[in-house]
Amino acid sequence: MKLTLKIWRQKDANDKGRFVTYQVDDVSPDMSFLEMLDVLNESLIHKGEDPVAFDHDCREGICGMCSLFINGKPHGPEQTTTCQLHMRSFKDGDTIVIEPWRAKPFPVVKDLVVDRSAFDRIIQAGGYISVNTGSAQDANNIPIPKDKASEAFDAATCIGCGACVAACKNASAMLFVAAKVSHLALLPQGDPERAIRVSKMVAQMDAEGFGACTNTGACEAECPKGISVKNIARLNREFLRAKFIEEVDKPLEELAEGK
Amino acid sequence: MSWIAETLTSSVGRKVIMALTGFFLILFIIVHLSGNLQLLLNDGGEQFNKYAHFMGHNPLIQTVSILNFTFILLHVITSIILTRRNSEARPVKYHVSRMQNSSTWASRNMGFLGSIIFIFLVVHLANFWFKMKFGGVPMVEYDGVQYKDLFTVVKEAFQQEWIVIVYVVAMVALGYHLSHGFMSAFRTFGLHHRKYNGFIKGLGIAFSIAVAIGYAIIPVIIYFRY
Amino acid sequence: MSTVATDIKLDAKIPEGPLAEKWEKHKFNIKLVNPANKRKYDIIVVGTGLAGASAAATLAELGYNVKAFCFQDSPRRAHSIAAQGGINAAKNYQGDGDSIFRLFYDTIKGGDYRSREANVYRLAQVSVNIIDQAVAQGVPFAREYGGLLANRSFGGAQVSRTFYAKGQTGQQLLLGAYSALMRQVAAGKVQLFPRTELLDVVLVDGKARGIVARNLITGKIESHSAHAVVLATGGYGNVFYLSTNAMGSNGSAAWRAYKKGALFANPCFTQIHPTCIPVSGHYQSKLTLMSESLRNDGRVWVPKTVEDAEKIRRGELNPNDLPEDRRDYYLERKYPSFGNLVPRDVASRNAKYVCDEGRGVGPTGLAVFLDFRDAIKRDGRAVIEAKYGNLFDMYMRITGENPYEVPMKIYPAVHYTMGGLWVDYNLMTTIPGLYAIGECNFSDHGANRLGASALMQGLADGYFILPYTIGDYLARMPYDKVPTTHPAFKDAEREVENRIKKLLSINGKRTVDEFHRELGKIMWDYCGMSRNAEGLTKAREMVVKLREEFWSDLKMVGVNEEFNQTLEKALRVADFFELAELMIIDALHRNESCGGHFREEYQTPDGEALRNDEEYAYVAAWQYTGDGNEPVLHKEPLVFENVKLTQRSYK
Repeated sequence: MKLTLKIWRQKDANDKGRFVTYQVDDVSPDMSFLEMLDVLNESLIHKGEDPVAFDHDCREGICGMCSLFINGKPHGPEQTTTCQLHMRSFKDGDTIVIEPWRAKPFPVVKDLVVDRSAFDRIIQAGGYISVNTGSAQDANNIPIPKDKASEAFDAATCIGCGACVAACKNASAMLFVAAKVSHLALLPQGDPERAIRVSKMVAQMDAEGFGACTNTGACEAECPKGISVKNIARLNREFLRAKFIEEVDKPLEELAEGK
Repeated sequence: MSWIAETLTSSVGRKVIMALTGFFLILFIIVHLSGNLQLLLNDGGEQFNKYAHFMGHNPLIQTVSILNFTFILLHVITSIILTRRNSEARPVKYHVSRMQNSSTWASRNMGFLGSIIFIFLVVHLANFWFKMKFGGVPMVEYDGVQYKDLFTVVKEAFQQEWIVIVYVVAMVALGYHLSHGFMSAFRTFGLHHRKYNGFIKGLGIAFSIAVAIGYAIIPVIIYFRY
Repeated sequence: MSTVATDIKLDAKIPEGPLAEKWEKHKFNIKLVNPANKRKYDIIVVGTGLAGASAAATLAELGYNVKAFCFQDSPRRAHSIAAQGGINAAKNYQGDGDSIFRLFYDTIKGGDYRSREANVYRLAQVSVNIIDQAVAQGVPFAREYGGLLANRSFGGAQVSRTFYAKGQTGQQLLLGAYSALMRQVAAGKVQLFPRTELLDVVLVDGKARGIVARNLITGKIESHSAHAVVLATGGYGNVFYLSTNAMGSNGSAAWRAYKKGALFANPCFTQIHPTCIPVSGHYQSKLTLMSESLRNDGRVWVPKTVEDAEKIRRGELNPNDLPEDRRDYYLERKYPSFGNLVPRDVASRNAKYVCDEGRGVGPTGLAVFLDFRDAIKRDGRAVIEAKYGNLFDMYMRITGENPYEVPMKIYPAVHYTMGGLWVDYNLMTTIPGLYAIGECNFSDHGANRLGASALMQGLADGYFILPYTIGDYLARMPYDKVPTTHPAFKDAEREVENRIKKLLSINGKRTVDEFHRELGKIMWDYCGMSRNAEGLTKAREMVVKLREEFWSDLKMVGVNEEFNQTLEKALRVADFFELAELMIIDALHRNESCGGHFREEYQTPDGEALRNDEEYAYVAAWQYTGDGNEPVLHKEPLVFENVKLTQRSYK
């Protein structure tokens, strides 16, 4: 297969950036998309040119490090991660446009690499259960209904790749945040911090500059792990419950500040 | 910031405002439509004019109407804030975007549809509400009581082809706006369950179509009838 | 010219007393750091996988100041996330006869008697706490209808002791540890350094007191000082270029520690996993593992004759059309009682043999069939789909072939490295203050790791062992900090800068990947599933020669002061070149076959691994003595007081 690649090149965060067109020949349909980029990069290095920077690590669809907006879709035409996308999804002679994730909270580091540490900061705001090592009781002391555990698991399979943000017309991180809020809210272990967790995580999401959710559902449609938008509904429910129903004598905002 | 301000200015809180005001406006749409359908009665507008008189003089209705205007403004202002925020969240746009299969057209264009509806509202209010309040409406007498003959104003307006077209287009926009907004409002309130999702979605679409047709046939029928 | 003192006395510091009491006793005997004083100590943790994240979080909870480093953009990306099968724990929730002793025994035996009894017993002891901790963190393990935790039997174990979360156990456990880590970042107790890679360990007065790292975005070389350094940087399987490891997984941290004086133990012990998706072409960048469970229903075979195999390779013959009598179900033939369920190393080695004979399938001839035809006929497609649906989908996505209709093709791939930095019972290397945990150390798996034990060891080290033992060391340390302006830091920075400068100044013709691929092929061919003295000797020469070419003919682009992925790779591959030689030296010296190390000269008449317990029941710990010098071997004898050494047999 012969392909034309139109790739976003940007030297660093301060560079304006531009598209550069490359030709790649000898593309095998069995190659993964990233292997196709490897081949391009090898040829660039041989020519003494700067290879295209892109994030990747496990290349088996679980670490969430690979990204890329390929021909107008996050992770390309299939509902999977870019590392699991294979060239048989394209045709000989195709032109492929490759862009980085676009969102203000995901600034470009170089070329197709973006900084997703905003996601880490959202988790830091409350995406955990406060339990110190060694203080846990026996694992079977609290039975959890199988369905609930599996619902929590489904939400917990989020790989934090950011495709939901990339797909959303508002660059909203709601699906990512909702997946974590749901995962922990569904489990009895997560119950004690339920209210404060959703409050703080939503506040951090806003502070990072992500857009708001318009319930278009594009995030679910493009999520490589198929995280459901029902989690967004659950986040909304948790949020309203936290703000209007939760019975604590102090507003959560004060609790969050440690007052 | 007080807890309520913090709640309502968060992205989720603003969506709650959109949903709450949206729900109220849906109620308004239902009431307004059922009233306006009286325009189609073949009684020279008597019942409609009496209804308009009642609506214009009942203190409860007047209070609700202030609420209604407030909610429209709140809906519009919040949407402007959200749209600005959403657009700022992606300062560099994509060169190619093929997201059309991932979401409905209406859901991606709520702002655009809303803008059409808003422009329509201005025209609509100028045409009828403004005249009703500040004069320019002829009088008519039923059973010895004087009424403003709003019916005639409507009838004359809908003789103009362009106004009919503007109304029909706007109602199509309203239909699309509702087709997403109805379902979306439920989700914003956290109401989402396999058991009734299909029902909400179906009801939303049926409602949107009914509203769009219900409103759009009024100018069309009047145009052809007189 | 060696100026290094080589008269080290290896002391594993195994506590006295009966096996079952050693850890309890030790915990009592080690010194504690007063809670108020913990905040006076800084600890560096490199790597944020299961071991690193759990250690960093726990140390911070205890009150230490922690600096956590990872080369990925977020700690959550560490390759522990890719572990599929599960995690073992001696909970005996199923009441099927499991116990701490049984898990200990299985692990020692599975490791072919090349691990320390005391360490493994402790691992089995704390395994139960790991499950409690993970569940409390919200790890959504699989459950039964009654709401209690589900277990399965894994990797041929005779009890059901494996806890799992579908095929994503590693992901869920890592996200649990990651969330604990994030909580400590929020609390200000952990300072996070993502996209930062360790390039050297810094010693002051013989003690590990910090690291030199490169900021991968700006290229800035930065020093970080601490009272102790913990390496949790995983294994070195990527020496082979193709492996199931992540692209970025590397051995540099361990290798730098080795060059600073830490001993490297059993480097030749690597695990090859039999069920991976075969290589499809020269561009192949990594290999994908498919769960071993496939062998429960799939039958492994190749054509009986080379001619048939060639026809299948050329696509002239559909494997489904090959009659039964022209197929060789070689595992069932050779191992009638275990059949397709023989252990990983046996299955892997036999796949290699049939391919070496020219009977392999697939375009490259390096694959064997894993056929579900009979299972589908027997149980129906629906049953097979329910069991393996997601694996079949993954296979289909990668290969474009439908395994319900065409037999699946598999081939072994490098998966895990049992070898690593030598550590004592406290998980400290031979450099005081330098610890190694998780896959990075050698401690618990001997010559072969059991399925579902890697997650267990990583978390045992990070949550429950290191946080105790490190206190014993710190309690003896003064509070004063070494400034990063100290000459030791400045020297290390200079050395790192020179290494980078040297790499960037080579104006050759071949790319890093080309060299790495070639190195990997040498290692795979001569130091892989099956080894012999002749091949290893040859391989060593080849590696040395290729390494010289690497340093003279490497094509580099760009500069240090930028986001330069080519430079990152070159630094890692430069270290792999040195590590590869040590692996070969170790494989050559170990004149026996055990676990993942199969020396063709040492096999039973049936072709099975032949251990030599008389001469080789020891840990081979290698000491660096300078570039160009032979490393010096130190032996830690392995004493077995609680298990009887037996020969494995799967006939």
